[in-house]
Amino acid sequence: MLKIRNLHAMIDGKEILRGINLDIKAGEIHAIMGPNGSGKSTLASVLTGNEAFEVVEGTVEFNGKDLLDLSPEDRAREGLFLSFQYPVEIPGVSMTNFMRTALNEQKKYRGEDVLSASDFLKLMRDRKNLVDIDSDLTNRSVNEGFSGGEKKKNEIFQMAMLDPKLAILDETDSGLDIDALRIVANGVNKLRRPDNATILITHYQRLLDYIIPDHVHVLYNGRIVKSAGKELAHKLEENGYDWIKKELVG
Amino acid sequence: MNLSEHDISLQKLFDTNRAFIEKDAAAGVNLARVKAAEAFAVQGIPSSKVEAYKYTNLQPWFKSGFEQAYGLNGYSADDLKTFECNVHEMESHTIFTVNGKFVEGSSGHALPEGVVAGSFLELSQKYPEIIEKYYGRQAKVETDGFIALNTMFAMDGLFIYVPKNKVVEKPIQIVNVLTGPSDLMVNQRNLIVVEENAQVRVLFCDHTLSMSRFLVNTVTEGFVAESGMLDFYNLQNQHNGTVQVGGYYFDQEAKSQLNANYFTLHTGITRNNIFSRLGGEHAENHISGLYVIDKNQHVDNFSFIEHAVPDCESNELFKGVMDDASTGAFTGRILVAPDAQRTNAYQSNNNLLLTDSAKMNSRPQLEIYADDVKCSHGATVGQLDENAMFYLRARGISKEEANILLMYAFAYEVIEKIKVPSLKEQIRQLVEKRFRGELDKCDSCVVCGQLGTNLIKAN
Ligand SMILES: Nc1ncnc2c1ncn2[C@@H]1O[C@H](COP(=O)(O)OP(=O)(O)OP(=O)(O)O)[C@@H](O)[C@H]1O
Ligand SMILES: [Mg+2]
Repeated sequence: MLKIRNLHAMIDGKEILRGINLDIKAGEIHAIMGPNGSGKSTLASVLTGNEAFEVVEGTVEFNGKDLLDLSPEDRAREGLFLSFQYPVEIPGVSMTNFMRTALNEQKKYRGEDVLSASDFLKLMRDRKNLVDIDSDLTNRSVNEGFSGGEKKKNEIFQMAMLDPKLAILDETDSGLDIDALRIVANGVNKLRRPDNATILITHYQRLLDYIIPDHVHVLYNGRIVKSAGKELAHKLEENGYDWIKKELVG
Repeated sequence: MNLSEHDISLQKLFDTNRAFIEKDAAAGVNLARVKAAEAFAVQGIPSSKVEAYKYTNLQPWFKSGFEQAYGLNGYSADDLKTFECNVHEMESHTIFTVNGKFVEGSSGHALPEGVVAGSFLELSQKYPEIIEKYYGRQAKVETDGFIALNTMFAMDGLFIYVPKNKVVEKPIQIVNVLTGPSDLMVNQRNLIVVEENAQVRVLFCDHTLSMSRFLVNTVTEGFVAESGMLDFYNLQNQHNGTVQVGGYYFDQEAKSQLNANYFTLHTGITRNNIFSRLGGEHAENHISGLYVIDKNQHVDNFSFIEHAVPDCESNELFKGVMDDASTGAFTGRILVAPDAQRTNAYQSNNNLLLTDSAKMNSRPQLEIYADDVKCSHGATVGQLDENAMFYLRARGISKEEANILLMYAFAYEVIEKIKVPSLKEQIRQLVEKRFRGELDKCDSCVVCGQLGTNLIKAN
């Protein structure tokens, strides 16, 4: 599904990603961990097409297409989704209007019929239940005045609405209370299918108790320096990153 | 001050046509012309050297080369039939003026007893006591050359009188049409009197139907007596060859409410003079504006809120979305008189500039002579939020659509101020159309027709 080869990206003349290689197949869940500032969110931004970052080298293939050649909206329409680490507040744009526009534009791109008003509202209700989001929130402007946890839930709600092929969840677990974490994790698990895949960016083992990853990667200094199975997350939880840094030096 | 050549040409035009102008007019209106002509001889049309007109130089435009609109400019009342969907409106309170002149037979007939809305020319004669009491009281000829010019040439326009305790439920809609084969200057005069405890909603729609150049100098005076309510809307959708000076002079008594909302969706040059005097305790007003301009369009909103007595509140919100090389200005003058204690005065002006060549000048001018005053003001000029833009695109929304969503998001606060739900929806759609660039394809607009139909349904 996703093939990243030797990806280098810069911002303000500073190289943040320094040769990323990663393969993700349909049906898989990958966790990406790593110290603060190592480049995890940058990788997510570059994959979704944030123009603030400049790709200087490397290729990314997404379901056979050259991902880096596509506009951000076309990447989304091809089935890529990012749950933002810091969701943006957009006063004046209602959640409903936002979701309807997004869903319909995606459908048009794929040559599907747009949803009727009633089908759309039905889908909204259905997906709201899935992530147990307060009805009141979807009647408001996008993320405006949402609490930290509500914003994260809202990201998963949008993911449930748009039903992506590959979802990148950038620290969706931080700021969630224990119940919310369980709800969000359940939502992700329910949306899981053999033909989609998920990248979980996280600092905590806690999330991985609910969503079991097939692979765990450590991103450090703009490179993936270690990849293993789910046991790697436990080891990191216990020992931190120092041993990996030492391995690299040694 | 020395009058310019243009000013002198306007004076001559007045002298030549004076007998004709005065022939059918009310005595009080003719009397006011004497002072107006004297005042004009002192001031002339303000140039940009006059501080209040610093950002909009109208002097080059106002000259006698433009024919005065004394008649319908070749337009016949029959032509109004082309406003297909307006037939319905005749049943509601819809009134047409063509080139500043009231169109016979278009006054709403379902108005509550005692309420009148119709020709200024006719009704000013019928109600001399109202003219004597109110005419020229708030729009003072010695304060602005445009008021003087209007008062000299004033013939017709709208006259709305809502007597004590009368509540007009349906909005009174005035469709001001500018049309005809020749270029015109129009000096329309409107008077709105809302007596004690009375309520009325008034919507002025300004349109152009032909491609001639139009110079418009309108004066509207609005008086709201104790506990009265005036809900006033101005929707401007005129072609680029229009220069319009809209003067709105309101005076409020105790416990009265004024809402005045200005939507400039299309224009050439617009200057709005919005004056409001809070002259009775516990009076309140909300004045807002939205201007959406592009190409070389220019909009200058000049507001002056006078807190003359204690315990009043004023709220101003003006927002602009400016594309291409459009230019704008906002002046927010607030005067709080020495004993106007416990005044609340809020003002803000926010602008979205879509290009580097769009230019905005915004200036608050606060003169506060009382000490117990809550006053806030703020002006911003910014671009579309890039983070919000990326967020929307990352969900599959195209750049164009994201642009429209964000422009609309910026503007909605002003649209939210509209108190008539069906009108709010109509204006919301118009604004969206404008953002999509679909509104400037038509030099005229049948908007008002659709609006009237909707208003009937909603009521
Ligand atoms: N817009 C920007 N301008 C300048 N530097 C940036 C920008 N965005 C990110 N960086 C830098 O890039 C580096 C990687 O940041 P990134 O947000 O990808 O880290 P992260 O791994 O997601 O960290 P965290 O765990 O704290 O979320 C950091 O040093 C950060 O300061
Ligand atoms: Mg991050």
